[in-house]
Amino acid sequence: MSAGGNGDSGYETIIGLEIHVELDTVSKMFCGCPTRFGEDPNTQVCPVCLGLPGALPVANWKAIEYTIKSGLALSCEIAEFTQFHRKNYFYPDMAKNYQISQYDLPICTGGHLDVETDDVSRRVGITRVHLEEDTGKLIHVGGEGRIAGADYSIVDFNRSGIPLMEIVTEPDIRSPEEARAFMAKLRSILLSLGVSDCSMEQGSMRCDANLSLRPAGDTELGVKTEVKNMNSFRALVRALAFEVERQTKVLQAGETVEQETRHFDAAKNITTSLRTKEYAHDYRYFPEPDLVPIKVERAIVADMAGKLPELPDARRMRFIESIGLGAHEAHLLSDTKPMGDFFEECVDGGADPKAAANWILGELSMHLNATGLEIEDCAVTPKHLTQLLKLLDEGTISGKIAKAVFEEMYETGKLPGVIVDEKGMTQISDSDEIGRVVDAVLAENPKAVEELKAGKDRAIGFLVGQVMRLTKGRANPQMVNDLIKERL
Amino acid sequence: MELNELAISRLFPMRVMNQTNATQICEAFLAQIEGRDDKIKAFLHRVDADEVLEAAAAVDKHAAASSELVPLEGMPVALKDNLCTIGMPTTCSSKILKDYVPPYNATVVDRLADQKAIVAGKVNMDEFAFGSSTESSAYQVTANPWDLSRVPGGSSGGSAAAVAADMAAFALGSDTGGSIRQPASFCGVVGLKPTYGLVSRYGLVAFASSLDQIGPITKNVIDCAAVLEIIAGKDPADSTSVDREIPSYTGKLNGKIEGLKVAVVKELMGHGFQKEINFALDNAVLLFEQLGAQIEYISLPHLEYALPAYYIIGPAEASSNLARFDGVRYGHRTADADDMLEMYMKTRAEGFGAEAKRRIMLGTYALSAGYYEAYYGQALKIRTLIIQDFEKAFADHDILLSPTCPTTAFKQGEKLEDPLQMYLSDICTIPANLAGIPAISVPCGVASGLPVGLQIMGKHFDEVTLLNAAFAFERAFGWNLKPMFRDPSAKEK
Amino acid sequence: MKHVALLARLELSDEELDYFGGQLAQILEHIDKISAVDTSNVEPTAHAVEVTNVFREDETTPSLSQDEALSNAPKAESGGFVVPKIV
Repeated sequence: MSAGGNGDSGYETIIGLEIHVELDTVSKMFCGCPTRFGEDPNTQVCPVCLGLPGALPVANWKAIEYTIKSGLALSCEIAEFTQFHRKNYFYPDMAKNYQISQYDLPICTGGHLDVETDDVSRRVGITRVHLEEDTGKLIHVGGEGRIAGADYSIVDFNRSGIPLMEIVTEPDIRSPEEARAFMAKLRSILLSLGVSDCSMEQGSMRCDANLSLRPAGDTELGVKTEVKNMNSFRALVRALAFEVERQTKVLQAGETVEQETRHFDAAKNITTSLRTKEYAHDYRYFPEPDLVPIKVERAIVADMAGKLPELPDARRMRFIESIGLGAHEAHLLSDTKPMGDFFEECVDGGADPKAAANWILGELSMHLNATGLEIEDCAVTPKHLTQLLKLLDEGTISGKIAKAVFEEMYETGKLPGVIVDEKGMTQISDSDEIGRVVDAVLAENPKAVEELKAGKDRAIGFLVGQVMRLTKGRANPQMVNDLIKERL
Repeated sequence: MELNELAISRLFPMRVMNQTNATQICEAFLAQIEGRDDKIKAFLHRVDADEVLEAAAAVDKHAAASSELVPLEGMPVALKDNLCTIGMPTTCSSKILKDYVPPYNATVVDRLADQKAIVAGKVNMDEFAFGSSTESSAYQVTANPWDLSRVPGGSSGGSAAAVAADMAAFALGSDTGGSIRQPASFCGVVGLKPTYGLVSRYGLVAFASSLDQIGPITKNVIDCAAVLEIIAGKDPADSTSVDREIPSYTGKLNGKIEGLKVAVVKELMGHGFQKEINFALDNAVLLFEQLGAQIEYISLPHLEYALPAYYIIGPAEASSNLARFDGVRYGHRTADADDMLEMYMKTRAEGFGAEAKRRIMLGTYALSAGYYEAYYGQALKIRTLIIQDFEKAFADHDILLSPTCPTTAFKQGEKLEDPLQMYLSDICTIPANLAGIPAISVPCGVASGLPVGLQIMGKHFDEVTLLNAAFAFERAFGWNLKPMFRDPSAKEK
Repeated sequence: MKHVALLARLELSDEELDYFGGQLAQILEHIDKISAVDTSNVEPTAHAVEVTNVFREDETTPSLSQDEALSNAPKAESGGFVVPKIV
């Protein structure tokens, strides 16, 4: 069974996503409070984002600009006239008991994103991209920190008012794997644009899904459930796969799916019905009278469109077509902007593209994973790697030494040339010098020499190893090989 | 005459000529508050006399060393209790904000502080500015200084009563449907609702965001202009405040209105109005004619729908603005609630008074699913029609006239149980809020010992013409009456 | 009335529901006359004075201290506002 879980059940999976992305502005959407993550509770709040009586919002232009850019990258129409509305509902993490959001005049509408999975390429429609404000955070005390069973809750409004971009897709996604691919691609685009850090774990990128099944070939949509609380790509796939399976069983048993909100429980790997006291939602939207409407000038949109950075798809194609990378390497290197930038800087610095790609995806990625660092935060810069590749290419160091040098520079941040000089790691390519060591080794190991002469080729490995040991690995291995053969 | 009976326009030259100083002025006002406020009950919170005098002494010290004096310096001001003041309670006359102390100042409060005006205290109002009599205050009933058995009007009743009773040199109020002009009219003082967007609303606890405006209540038109030129102007903290140059309103007052094109609005006079009100209006029109203005009577047909449109838009916005009073971050919280929903329901039931509940219910209903288009949507369209009516009228006229209110101050308790009758009290003032235009009330007569107000409406941001017309009228009319603090209940005894 | 009171989070007794219900009916009757106006070709006005495009730069300004933020809190703990259980 595929991840979609419906390959042979006779049902087609229909998924639409609603993604919330915290925009990476330094100040909040409607006030000047900072947006830093992880500060002490209620220390990044002011009359506006605490909803104090009399406080008024003023919109952060940068957040609007980021939303327009995101819309452009998703091939959306950018509205000429847009406006904020109030969405009214009571909840303790809401400072004003209404959320400033958008209703019938979102900033962006009608875009799309092409997504590839192993077997298919699919165009997923983007219904709208709009801007709103985030809510505060609730900490539940008692009941294992969950809302159900808690004794009481504590509200922290530091997050209240952080700009939140909402992206709504059409129900065009056909499997959990496609949903993952969509999210991954969206994430890499938003990272390229630099509009968000898109961390699902820290909650700066959040995703809810509407999922329904219908008999294959039907055109009408089935009853959907809304799945929430998916805090990683893995959780997304697992939650949706579970939901596909659950709905399949319900339908196969001749029952009907109940329209409800379901919570993903990552520990148990299941979704459960979120049976809170449900009240009929009536958000009573109306135009936010404290903010004025926005006219988005076409010249500004055109200017932004012209200045959009190269998006991952375009970069990948360029890596393949003009740099000559393989499809897989190109994909990995273009997936995140910092990784792609690192690679390009190496190539611009004169590094061989293939070698640079191998080192970035190999040694460097391995070290980054092991130390939990991001590429832009580690001590190794494109200058380091380029220099290392040059030393290797010139034969100044061997491949084996290169790995040792890499280790050292990853830890200390010293340039490879410095490390090689300091430690005397330069490769010995002088045939007289190597010859002297070879002679000594041959004299000390008559038994191995005899074996080699008798045609036992394995013995040469032993002799080369001895030479390398005495030269601390610095002898040019090819020359050692040649000299031993020459002497015998 | 005592110092506290004089307008700022008299006190300021006296200060300049060293005939008096801020300390003497503040002492006179403090004595008046001490002597009168137990009957008037305008003040909810009085700033300590020592603190006021300390501020006055600082003003005098500064004045002695400076050649540049400004009019509002050292003048005690009464602030409506919906203007946020650091370290000073701001309750909106509601139980739900009992003991609430804001951590920030309203922009207008800061602007007055920059001028070294001295806050005398916070004054009573209808709860959250919902009302026309100041009787919906959760704390006290304010009396009209002309007749203590009558209301001072509302919702800025405390502000108007404090100025009329000479307890403050000037006051700030807020006006959503007439809340500055109607009490000014009832108390025989001057009250201005500026053009929407002229004065920052930052720190004004919102009633209806698209209608609210802060404005001055003063003894005369010059004072009104003097206060306006300080509080007007773009505020980066209020998106709806308008970025434009603020003229010297006092400097533009010349009292010349020859050739001014004046229109009297037919829909805002006559039927159902107290007859003395109509007489006073006729008299005012005559006076304008004598001053050389050209008078015409015109019709704004959609004003008929102003009151119903207002009673949808106002409560709808209010229902949303008042959602934040939930007992979570500030204000009253019920003592007994097991869960969040119960806490919301009880906190709000205990904290809000009857009129606030009525408006929240009305506004919530008007916005709810299935009713939006019929009520809120339709009201916003009616608003467009009313604006268009005014645009047409202002194409040919400079100012429009009407009575400020259909009646003089009514008896306390008279309209409490009949909200619709109370609402009708604002029938002449509401259109200006819907259209966002400036409007002023100036005294234009007395009926049975109670003041009558004339309303003058102007074009968007044309406060210069509006104030000058009011100034010309005031001078020609020669209003010089003072309230007598009549107490009918005392006579009966 | 009950539904509206729940939406508005106002606990009203049956007597209050009756009392307000009667008054609101009277007010709505007066209000209903706006439905007679033909507005089919009229745009709604949300802002009486036309202003557009008012923004702030993405710059931080000082926040309140935690003490100031919590100074009016009916109940506070660990730097946050305490609320009763939500479900």
